[in-house]
Amino acid sequence: MSDAPGRTPMIEVRGARKAFGAAEVLRGIDLTVGRGEIVAIIGPSGSGKSTLLRAINHLETLDAGEIRLDGRRVNLPLRGRAFERHVNALRRQIGMVFQQFNLFPHLSVLDNLALAPMRARGLDRQEARALATTYLERVHIPEQAQKYPAQLSGGQQQRVAIARALCMRPKIMLFDEPTSALDPEMIKEVLDVMVELAEDGMTMIVVTHEMGFAREVADTIAFMDHGRIVEALPPAQFFTAARTERAQLFLSRILGH
Amino acid sequence: MDIGLIARLLPHFLQAAGLTILISTLALALGLAVAAGIAAARLSPSRVLRGFGAAYVSLIRGTPCLIQLFLIYFGGPQVGITPGPFAAGVIGLGLNIAAYMAEAIRGAILAVDRGQSEAARSLGFSRGQAMRRVILPQAARLMIRPLGVNAIALVKGSSLVATISVVELTYTAQRLIGSTYRPFEVFGIAALLYLVIIHTLRRGIDRLDRAYAPG
Amino acid sequence: MGLDFTVLADYRGVLALGAWWTAVLTLAAAALSLGAGILVALALLHGPRWLALPVRGLAGLFMGTPLLLQLFLIYFGLAQLGIDIPVLAAGILGLGLHFAAYNAEVIRAGIGALEAGQAEAARSLGLSRMQAMRHVILPQALRDTAPPLGGNMIALLKESSLVSVIGITELVHAAQRGISETYRPFEFYIAAAAVYYVLNLLMEAALGRIERRAEASR
Ligand SMILES: Nc1ncnc2c1ncn2[C@@H]1O[C@H](COP(=O)(O)OP(=O)(O)OP(=O)(O)O)[C@@H](O)[C@H]1O
Ligand SMILES: [Mg+2]
Repeated sequence: MSDAPGRTPMIEVRGARKAFGAAEVLRGIDLTVGRGEIVAIIGPSGSGKSTLLRAINHLETLDAGEIRLDGRRVNLPLRGRAFERHVNALRRQIGMVFQQFNLFPHLSVLDNLALAPMRARGLDRQEARALATTYLERVHIPEQAQKYPAQLSGGQQQRVAIARALCMRPKIMLFDEPTSALDPEMIKEVLDVMVELAEDGMTMIVVTHEMGFAREVADTIAFMDHGRIVEALPPAQFFTAARTERAQLFLSRILGH
Repeated sequence: MDIGLIARLLPHFLQAAGLTILISTLALALGLAVAAGIAAARLSPSRVLRGFGAAYVSLIRGTPCLIQLFLIYFGGPQVGITPGPFAAGVIGLGLNIAAYMAEAIRGAILAVDRGQSEAARSLGFSRGQAMRRVILPQAARLMIRPLGVNAIALVKGSSLVATISVVELTYTAQRLIGSTYRPFEVFGIAALLYLVIIHTLRRGIDRLDRAYAPG
Repeated sequence: MGLDFTVLADYRGVLALGAWWTAVLTLAAAALSLGAGILVALALLHGPRWLALPVRGLAGLFMGTPLLLQLFLIYFGLAQLGIDIPVLAAGILGLGLHFAAYNAEVIRAGIGALEAGQAEAARSLGLSRMQAMRHVILPQALRDTAPPLGGNMIALLKESSLVSVIGITELVHAAQRGISETYRPFEFYIAAAAVYYVLNLLMEAALGRIERRAEASR
């Protein structure tokens, strides 16, 4: 998790805690993500990976700890309108991609992309559509602009979802198992887009089970278990020299040896 | 709120509520009987009967209940029937709700019929036997809820007979609003009585539904 | 006295005007019932807590008591409060609010049935709660509930006949005018019923088109 000296990291999580009732889901998370850094989060089901991403985007509020985005506090003790304004401004800077795509089925692909730029950034329809077209080209499906989400394959839908998030020109992209709902033959087209994003210098946190992607693309692999980040290492070290027993066990299961 | 006024009005209202219950009950009985016939017609193998059943449902559901009532009460004498207001009310409400109830009955039978009927026929039951022994007992349970919804609509719809001067709840409320100029108190009492009747009916339906729940 | 439908010929204009007012009344009340239904559903789902109880109570009152009684209350009640609005407006108000309660129930269920991911995706793009509701949630909820909402509107058309009792000159009222002059209730009520039946068919056809379009955007 190296960072250029003197520059604030893009994301800083300190002592993040979250419980749902009696279940402690995040039990003191520390994580720093530098500019342009790619962090892959892996770990068993229920370990709190999604909750961590959702907390960074303020879809969940933390019980304790703090999160900074580009030096600014994310989780502020605000209420009511002030809270609304704060989270809306914040979320515009964070792109999020969900396992289930969550495209808006009643809107065409182009309008899926143009909606937030128009409503949240105040672009007019023309500008928003031009922007949308640009990003559809970046995910290599400009020809699908007029279709509805249901008419697309899973891989295409997820690429639309990525483009939709990019349209807000976020500082960081969060991916929550972006390929887990896809048929195997479509996984690559989505991962390829993510690799291109990484090459363009986007800061990314990716929860994934795709060990190949984690190994090739990530700067850091963070292993989560029971609400903690147990290890965070560069891939080369992680795969050869994971120190904790839990991580080794997880690796041996997922890599099948 | 004028408590004295409410106390004075209450006896009128209780009597009127009795009439609302009576007319709803009689219309329900008539409606159920006609509905069973219409549902049978719509499910019968005869095209004529099916057409008749479909036309009945379509015509009744496609026109306002109020006009059906007026046709019977005001138009009846022209074609040789002269029912009093109460009888016209029971007949009009009953024939109206029958169309909706027939659809509830038919829907329940069709829901069970798929598969079950073939199974029963393959066991050597005749179509009539299959219907009586296999389909209807199961469909009866499925009918309770939708018929219950119709029964509640019927209680509210019974207010329409106020327009042909049956002295039930709504008629009484209208008269008393006119004579006391206290619309909110009068409306409050009438509304409360309707809510009590409907709540009681709803609980009865719930109990029936539970009593016939499978297992 | 036999039946003689030829008497209707002289009253074509009267009946047509009545039918016109029935259509106007129905469309206005339908619009009100949808708008108010959406507001009520939103108030119940996202409004302040103190608002939920009175709103639910009022909606329960509208659904648990007869429309005719409500029309009498509005007619006499507004006068009592010194509020003087045209009787047509009172009729639209009564019909609209009555069906708003039913529509709210349907819309609320429709919103509840949407996947949580839709709201989250909208919010994660930085849309405000209002924007997410207006552009993402409501359009889908209304699309999904088009059939039951359409059913309510068909019911509204028929129930609009009740406003004749507070003196609105719609179709039933027009028929009654003919009856008072000819004393031929059977013919006139049959004619009125036939007009309602046709309006009903037209409305079903229109709703069918809307539903098919809604269905296409899934
Ligand atoms: N809103 C919620 N209410 C209650 N419990 C929750 C809620 N959200 C998550 N949890 C619980 O918190 C735990 C961690 O959930 P989380 O979704 O963060 O895990 P995960 O690591 O993403 O797992 P997976 O790999 O299955 O996606 C789980 O046990 C889950 O049941
Ligand atoms: Mg998860």
